[in-house]
Amino acid sequence: MLRRPENWLTALDRSPDNLIEIRDLMYSRGSRVIFKDLNLTIKRGEVTALMGPSGTGKTTLLRLITRQLVPQHGVIFVDGIDISSLNQAGLYEMRKRFGMLFQNGALLTDYNVFENVAFPLREHTNLSNRLIRHVVLTKLHAVGLRGAADMWPAELSGGMARRVALARAMVMDPEILIYDEPFVGLDPISMGVIVRLVRRMNDALGITSIVVSHDVAEVSTVADCSYLISDGKVAASGSPDELHAANSELVRQFMHGMADGPVAFHFEAPNYAEQLLGRDTE
Amino acid sequence: MNTLIRDIYNSVHEFVRTFGAFQLFFLRLVRHSPRMIVKRPGLVVKQIYNAGALSLVIIMVCGFFVGGVLGLQGYANLSRFNAEDSVGTVVALALIKELGPVITALLFAGRAGTALSSEIGLMKATDQLAAMEMMAVNPVRRVLVPRFLGGVVAMPFLVAIFTCIGLFGAHLVSIDLLSVDVGAFWQQMQLSVSIDDIQEGVIKSFVFGVVASLLAVWEGYNAIPTAEGVGRATTRTVVISAIAVLILDFMITAVML
Repeated sequence: MLRRPENWLTALDRSPDNLIEIRDLMYSRGSRVIFKDLNLTIKRGEVTALMGPSGTGKTTLLRLITRQLVPQHGVIFVDGIDISSLNQAGLYEMRKRFGMLFQNGALLTDYNVFENVAFPLREHTNLSNRLIRHVVLTKLHAVGLRGAADMWPAELSGGMARRVALARAMVMDPEILIYDEPFVGLDPISMGVIVRLVRRMNDALGITSIVVSHDVAEVSTVADCSYLISDGKVAASGSPDELHAANSELVRQFMHGMADGPVAFHFEAPNYAEQLLGRDTE
Repeated sequence: MNTLIRDIYNSVHEFVRTFGAFQLFFLRLVRHSPRMIVKRPGLVVKQIYNAGALSLVIIMVCGFFVGGVLGLQGYANLSRFNAEDSVGTVVALALIKELGPVITALLFAGRAGTALSSEIGLMKATDQLAAMEMMAVNPVRRVLVPRFLGGVVAMPFLVAIFTCIGLFGAHLVSIDLLSVDVGAFWQQMQLSVSIDDIQEGVIKSFVFGVVASLLAVWEGYNAIPTAEGVGRATTRTVVISAIAVLILDFMITAVML
């Protein structure tokens, strides 16, 4: 069931500190190439940020890491296991080691907050109701929403929904917590809460966190290591300070939020004057 | 010409591919069904309630008026041949063999089928199914199978209720309004309706339950995860279910004649 990639071990300079390794990843959707020869390493116990301009495939990369999508070429190792070699049972066992916070929370609308957090426990364990209640209230307390246990997803604000989703993501005590755009659309208070929770959960629980975001300021405060992805490859990597100090134009444009640069402000278009004057037959 | 041939080839290829995927999907549902019935009966019962109990009002109201119309039409036409005592027979055979299963299936597709498609489509659009996948919970087993089974179990009961209420409606119209003899009404019915007729209705109700529920969960699960995509999936559920039910009705009737 689990194929350990013996041949890759020597070639990849693998280290026990590396929890996730992506090698020569290629993924395309139709004729559009999203990743080409992408190489990336996520270290155990760190908060790693995946950043990049909109549309570079950050969420797609998360889906590839969790095998919701399958790459056309390349390998993704999670703790030394090539995830594309897993059958469904093996994949589900692997996914129990993950917790994922979706961009919109993805709470189950049929269930209230308590039952949403209890959902993985009820599905995967035979714990008594009393113990489930204890665990769920503990996790809700950790995200500050113990008092909202009886509320329904429709009654929650965006920030609260994401905190409930975070409680649900960590209720099975995962080794890897994945955050997909956790800061989008939040007010400053909610954003501050989520930023602190990301760091606190990582350090207190000793887990590995992956944060996909394009919010440079927030990511800089929590990430140990950041990858900037552009044009299907890693354009730069390092600590937030290293990225801020980088010489690359693309990195500077992204880190300082400049409107024009290697990522052009204008989408590819016909000649402006000719189009305005009606000479463009298209 | 080449374009036409290529278009036809692509259409046939797409149809065969989709039909194959549909059959595999059906087999997946069937494969997971016994386990869900044994291990999670509560989930199935909840969906029987959603598909069955919540459809009761529309089924009963429609059944009553369909039965009433059959009583009126039966009386008006049979009385030309002085055969109005046979109204009970005509109404019973029409309801048990044809109208009960067919109309119930069409109403089911419109009420419960659309609810299933839109619910599953919205769960997909809001990443709830992806979230289950990430929690190592198989959404086909956890979400689709109970809903499919709920429809399959509910349909025969809904057909039986539709038929009984229809007979009640015909009874009210024929006997209380049109003064058909009550003894003749029920006796003629008893003499002419055989167990084979009831068996035909039961088989149809079961087949229609499988088809309507299967199409509803299939369309919801394969909906494009946008507001428009979910809307389209809901519409397709009603249209395709109606066509499938009527074609299958013809085929089953032809085989069982």
